Amino acid sequence: MSAVLSLSGVTTFYGAVQALRGVDLVVNEGEIVTLIGANGAGKSTLMMTICGTPRARDGKILHLGDDISAMPTHQIMRRGIAQSPEGRRIFSRMTVYENLLMGAHGKSEASLGTELDQVFTLFPRLKERLSQRGGTLSGGEQQMLAIGRALMSKPKLLLLDEPSLGLAPLVVKLIFNAIRELNRTTGLTVLLVEQNAFQALRLAHRGYVLVNGQITMAGTGADLLARPEIRAAYLEGGGH
Amino acid sequence: MAYVLQQLINGLTLGMIYGLIAVGYTMVYGIIGMINFAHGDVFMVGAFLSLIALTALSGMGVTSVPLALALTLVFAAGIAALYGWTVERVAYRPLRGSFRLAPLISAIGMSIVLQNFVQVSQGARVKPMPEMLPGGITLMTEDNFAVQLSWMQMVIVIVTLTLLAAFTYLVTKTSLGRAMRACEQDQKMAGLLGIDTDRTISITFVIGAALAAVAGLMFLLYYGVIDFYIGFIAGVKAFTAAVLGGIGSLPGAVLGGLAIGLIETFWSAYFSVQYKDVAAFSILVLVLIFMPTGLLGRADVEKV
Repeated sequence: MSAVLSLSGVTTFYGAVQALRGVDLVVNEGEIVTLIGANGAGKSTLMMTICGTPRARDGKILHLGDDISAMPTHQIMRRGIAQSPEGRRIFSRMTVYENLLMGAHGKSEASLGTELDQVFTLFPRLKERLSQRGGTLSGGEQQMLAIGRALMSKPKLLLLDEPSLGLAPLVVKLIFNAIRELNRTTGLTVLLVEQNAFQALRLAHRGYVLVNGQITMAGTGADLLARPEIRAAYLEGGGH
Repeated sequence: MAYVLQQLINGLTLGMIYGLIAVGYTMVYGIIGMINFAHGDVFMVGAFLSLIALTALSGMGVTSVPLALALTLVFAAGIAALYGWTVERVAYRPLRGSFRLAPLISAIGMSIVLQNFVQVSQGARVKPMPEMLPGGITLMTEDNFAVQLSWMQMVIVIVTLTLLAAFTYLVTKTSLGRAMRACEQDQKMAGLLGIDTDRTISITFVIGAALAAVAGLMFLLYYGVIDFYIGFIAGVKAFTAAVLGGIGSLPGAVLGGLAIGLIETFWSAYFSVQYKDVAAFSILVLVLIFMPTGLLGRADVEKV
């Protein structure tokens, strides 16, 4: 297995506040890797740091062997990395279709047939809402759109930030199934950030636990699920 | 009746010019949330570039009016676009991410720089230009009052409508337009989708400046006199138009421009020419007090 993404000693600051304290993390090709942790642990900061906004102050971020830690964001994202960010960040005054087109920025509209089909197969709901404005969608639909938009660029590595946040259990199940399906059929590599540790660890091949900007535990999904300290901190009362 | 119709024609023509400038204000505001106070002066530079080009062309013996206008338009828009790009690069981009007032102050500085530059290089005196397209058609006559639609007015209306149509197509239907709207709504997300946001912002300034330069040419043709100070008044009026229409809204900018043109013209026709600017700016004050989001400004609720 070869590493698609590897972080070593990554440190990020927001002003004077240190959000990440030397994070080491590896994502191999074809894996679903999850990063779990409490609110404010630095999970989303890590996702954004990979994309160069904010920039890592220290450490190395390698994508397919190249150091991307000093690259401008738009160049990083053109290397086959896509992010479905925290809070979904749908363009609310654009239609669903336009939002999807934005995901494939730089490609001609006519050449996107297969990408669109893939998204509609995964989330048929989006096809019904195609000409509706992004801002009028329900939370679950917006999440589907955010993932769909990320998939439009045919990424090799998908960064998924809290796809379950604020959604009904049924919708979460649908979205997690879609991720599993994508990984299985297309070999898409996924880095998934989640607060919903139980679901995330069941889905993922491997997981990391982030506490106060530091990785405190790592292991396979099943391995982490079985650990008593994980159960106590993240699962008690939280599992479905 | 005839008198009213004539004022309507005059007001709409003037409004088109304001609308063209207002589009530049509203676009830049939409994308980086700042008022580009140097925009009016880019319009003024456009008017001077047009005068220079027209004079040079007639000196070179180009007698065909449509050809001279077309060449001038391309020349003025092209050079003014370069000005717009430079202004953004020099005065605004280095300040991105600093406190909100910094680029505003820088914009006022840029405006003064452009005014003084033109004053020094072109002289402070009013520059006249002979009428290029005299005459027009008489639409109707009533009680010895003939309603005139001059050729010049027709040129202004047709060129403006064509440009606005092309521009609307660009923004709503093309990939570049989508990138611009994406940067306007969420710059960080646009970057995450592989859009070069700095470049998109540059293009926005370039397009706004080109449109302002065309407005400068129209202004020169319509009034026949320009000086280094026209950018200030026209700029503030176009800004008023953008606020009246709802800043950030492109159709709003055009609508606001037409409204300001009509108000100013009707005020001059029925009350007093001296107070026409008072009328226009009173509108700005009233809009800011009673309708802060303007005619087409958005107040849409966003779901999270």
